[in-house]
Amino acid sequence: MVGANGESRYAPAPPKPSDPDGFCFHSPHPEVFSGQARHHHRHSHQNMASLKLQPADQKVLPKAKKTGTTICGLICHREGCVVLGADTRATSEAIIADKNCSKIHYLAPNIYCCGAGTAADTEHVTQLISSNLKLLRLNSGRQSRVDVACVLLKRHLFPYQGYVSAALVLGGVDFTGPHIYQVWPHGSTDSLDYVTMGSGSMAAMSMFESRYSHDLTLDQCKDLVHDAVLAGIFNDEGSGSNVDITIIERNKPAQILRNMDTPNTRLHPMRFQMPLKNTVVLREFIELHEAAPVAPAAVPAPAKKAEDEERAAMPLE
Amino acid sequence: MLTPAVAPIEAKKKEWSPYTDNGGTTLAIAGPDYAIVAADTRLSNGYSISCRDVTKLAQLTQHCVIGTAGMQADRAVFHKLLRTRVDYFKYKYGKTITPTALAQMIANILYGHRFFPYYCFNVVGGLDAQGHGVVFSYDAVGSYQALPYATTGSGAQLLEPLLDSHIAQRNRTQKNPPMSKDEAIAFVKNAMASVSERDIHTGDFLEIAVITREGTQIITREADGVERIKLGFD
Repeated sequence: MVGANGESRYAPAPPKPSDPDGFCFHSPHPEVFSGQARHHHRHSHQNMASLKLQPADQKVLPKAKKTGTTICGLICHREGCVVLGADTRATSEAIIADKNCSKIHYLAPNIYCCGAGTAADTEHVTQLISSNLKLLRLNSGRQSRVDVACVLLKRHLFPYQGYVSAALVLGGVDFTGPHIYQVWPHGSTDSLDYVTMGSGSMAAMSMFESRYSHDLTLDQCKDLVHDAVLAGIFNDEGSGSNVDITIIERNKPAQILRNMDTPNTRLHPMRFQMPLKNTVVLREFIELHEAAPVAPAAVPAPAKKAEDEERAAMPLE
Repeated sequence: MLTPAVAPIEAKKKEWSPYTDNGGTTLAIAGPDYAIVAADTRLSNGYSISCRDVTKLAQLTQHCVIGTAGMQADRAVFHKLLRTRVDYFKYKYGKTITPTALAQMIANILYGHRFFPYYCFNVVGGLDAQGHGVVFSYDAVGSYQALPYATTGSGAQLLEPLLDSHIAQRNRTQKNPPMSKDEAIAFVKNAMASVSERDIHTGDFLEIAVITREGTQIITREADGVERIKLGFD
């Protein structure tokens, strides 16, 4: 099918990278964004044709779900492990879109990553990097390294000039030891002992700055991360609901403590009731079809190995 | 001619913006022989909580309470102004202003600031001459209307359909009789707790003003002795 201006309706010719009216938001470096990103075919830009129809000052993208968030992580030097923490609130402007979302994402059996920013970006970036790490493991037969994950993340984020809005706390343990990285949406990274991100980062950092030390035991580290997330939950309106914690130790499967604390259960019981048969049935009919031939008895599908089991079975080093 | 893809980066002129929205939700219900005005007590500033225990209600006469969402500074000034106007009315006419008259006066005051409005979104609850509950709802520049129930503020969009369903019962095939006072108080607690579950600017505590012929009671404590009526703190 061909549109009015001769383009295929389903696959309009993508604007040339040099097209000065191409998709580039208000980037000061349009050639970096529109050129390189298209070259790698990372995202489809088909809908940008309709975006171009809007006046230049009204280029608005649809609203995305954000995770106005408290995420944090620290290194336990005493026991050579890392602890990651996150709240579970996702917001769409002032409305809470999800009261119990999961923000600690799997990258590799020994590497996890907390995400703040646009929910879709954090989820897809971590899934992409997780896939690439698995390919590297299958090619090399070696355990994934945290600094490799960090480099893959920043190489993905930098060309998008911050428009892939994923602010991450990357943590893991490899043969070089425990690592925590802070990854900013523009692609800069920091390797630090303790790190916070998201709208609740200041609240969480206040706990880290007052209590972190290299001598903390793992239990103390876990408590500190827990309290840092709680500080975000109660003092930042972008964060809320429950505490998730993931502990990664050397040569052990990661401990995923999902909803390890639920300090915000509902206070007043729900009492709203709708009377039965409240919806009026206006018309009712039953259509009869000839019975379909009986399918041969289905062979029971082999039990799918649980993803966690698979991870636990993977050699760590 | 092609328009340039990159908008020239200009230093945005810093405009004078005297308004902020400090969040919060108000709710008013007119019953057969009572009126209820309720509001949460959270004061927000962006993603921060400035205070967890600020009242959004003001009792203006024995039988009239106003609840105001919007900006805290304008609310404080506006409530103060209303109190002086209620006093002045009594000095001038020798009697307490009725809620209906006060409702019109509030509209006049708000419209008097048509081109530099108070950033206030009011609900007013009271009893009319027959002792029936009345509720009035306002916008910031003085448009107002008498309604069976009203809500303003950051959680109003969440609350309104709940009130449509449970008070107006628009979606019911069989309508229940109007709620009793105690049923309404329980409903208000439950409804505001629901709003605080989903609106980030609503939470902490709940204040309920119950207006009956005997006078106004502002409930800040639970019947079972719990210190305050709690909403979510996150």
